[in-house]
Formats: sequence, C-alpha cells, structure tokens
Amino acid sequence: MIAVLGASRPELGLLLHIGGAAVFFGAVTVAAVTQLTATKVAEPDRLRRVAFRTLLIVGLPAFIVFRIAAEWLRSAGPWGDNGSDEPAWLGIGYIISDLGALLFLISLILAGIAVWKPKGWLSKTSGVLSVLILIGLVVATWAMGAKPD
Amino acid sequence: MELNDWILALHLLSAVALVAAMTAFSVMIVALWRTDDPAAVTSFMRLGMVGNVLVTIGSIGTIVFGVWLAISVDTYELWDGWVIAAIILWAIAMALGRQTGEGYRATAEMAAQLVSSGSPRSPELAAAMGTSRAFWTHWLSVIVIVLILVDMIWKPGA
Repeated sequence: MIAVLGASRPELGLLLHIGGAAVFFGAVTVAAVTQLTATKVAEPDRLRRVAFRTLLIVGLPAFIVFRIAAEWLRSAGPWGDNGSDEPAWLGIGYIISDLGALLFLISLILAGIAVWKPKGWLSKTSGVLSVLILIGLVVATWAMGAKPD
Repeated sequence: MELNDWILALHLLSAVALVAAMTAFSVMIVALWRTDDPAAVTSFMRLGMVGNVLVTIGSIGTIVFGVWLAISVDTYELWDGWVIAAIILWAIAMALGRQTGEGYRATAEMAAQLVSSGSPRSPELAAAMGTSRAFWTHWLSVIVIVLILVDMIWKPGA
C-alpha cells in the first residue's frame, strides 16, 4: 500500500518527509536548549516540563511522520526491494534515522523521569542526547540534499 | 558532487532551520500562553535567542541559495511562476516575522523589567502573551511558510 501511495503521490510524501523532519528538528532543538539551560533559570521545572512535552507531543509524531514518509518515498524510488541498488545518501539517512530513533527514545525517557524526579544530570544527559540527534539531523539533511555517491 | 549539489544541500538545511525556528517559537507561545509570571517568560530567553539564530540562518539561506539554484540550474529560471510565487511568499513571511519579533521582543523586555523590579504578576504581560497582534502574525507566517514548502515541492507550472 505504501508503494502504491508513493508512486501516485510522491510530492505529498516529500512534503511530509521534509516537513516532519524540520518540525522534529525544531522539537529536539527546544528540548536541547530548555534542558541544558534549566538549572540557570528561575523556573527550571517549567523548562523540564516543556522539554518532555515537546519531545512527546511534537517530536514523536513528527518523527513517525517523517519516517513513514521516508518509506513511502523509498518505495516509489528506482531501487530494488532488497536495497542492493540504493545510493549512499539513502544509506546515510537510514543509519542516522535508526540511530537517532534510539537516542530520541532514551532522551524522551530521561526527560520524562526528570519531570517527576528533578535531578540535574537527567536533564543534562537528555539535553546532550538531543544535541547529538541535532548533529545527526544536520548530516542527514546535507546527505539528502547533496546526495553524495 | 558538483557545486549545485552543495547549494541544494545548503538551501535544504536553511529551510529546515526556518521551519525548526517556527516550531520553537510556536512551542514557546503555547508554553507561555497567557502567563502573567515574568520569571516564566525570562526563563525562555535562551530558547528565544536560539530561535532567532535559526530564523536568521533560515531566512537568509533559503533566499540566497534558492535564487542561486534558480539561476544556475538549467531546468529552472528566476522568472518561473513557482519561483516568483516563492519569492513573494518569502517576502510576506519576512514582513510577518518582523512584526512578530518586534511584538514578542517588547513583551520579553517588559518581563525582564518586571523581574528586576520584583513584580511577581502582571495582567499586561498575560495580555501580551495571549491573542496579541504578534500572536496572529506568528501563525500567519507559519501558514505562509507551509505554502512556500508546498510551492517548492509541487513546483506548479514547472
């Protein structure tokens, strides 16, 4: 079904992929900044709550949308089902996306725990993981645009 | 890889930065919705600064690298309808963004003054963090940026 959708509506898939990834980037940016600066402001608990809720309510759905749209676009591409003909940039995207998903889940869980048990190291670790996700997203976005061989 | 591949990558990165900034500002507006607590507003100052950096990179990068691509890629022209539409929409988004920035900058300054004077609550601050002019121009700019994305991807008339 994804293959049929991808073939018939590639533009919609691309819009959801780029839009989802960009919103995900924004959500992770919010989480990174709020968690890394939480201890330096008057209302640290508010920032920790915002970080967790942003990751959960904005980041997670955006990640799901951009990942499903990526599959949608891949299925419409000229590459074989076994992935043997896939270009390098697609592989870079998959590696960063899969690794990013793992880091994102850990960051989300730590941010959630930090809301209930406000310990500085939980927020900071979650914030650092968010920064790593952001670096990965920059590399993946570059790969999607420049399409290195 | 050719130069145009790099320019396209930078154009895409700029677009991601712009949408990410709009997402960050939207989260701030929702998180601080009608708050009368100046300390809460000032807590988000650093996020606001990061958002400003992203929106600056995104705004300049999208137009500079976008126009560059329209000139250097053989299949596109600067006077293509979808390119002109994108440039007009970009200008509208910038004008709306400037108004939003001015509105919320004044609110942030008000919050900082309230904090320094020791005022715990302010009804004026709550009004400014609600359905103010800056609130509406923000959401209008979000709609315009979504329209730019749609135009860039569908390329009507290309």
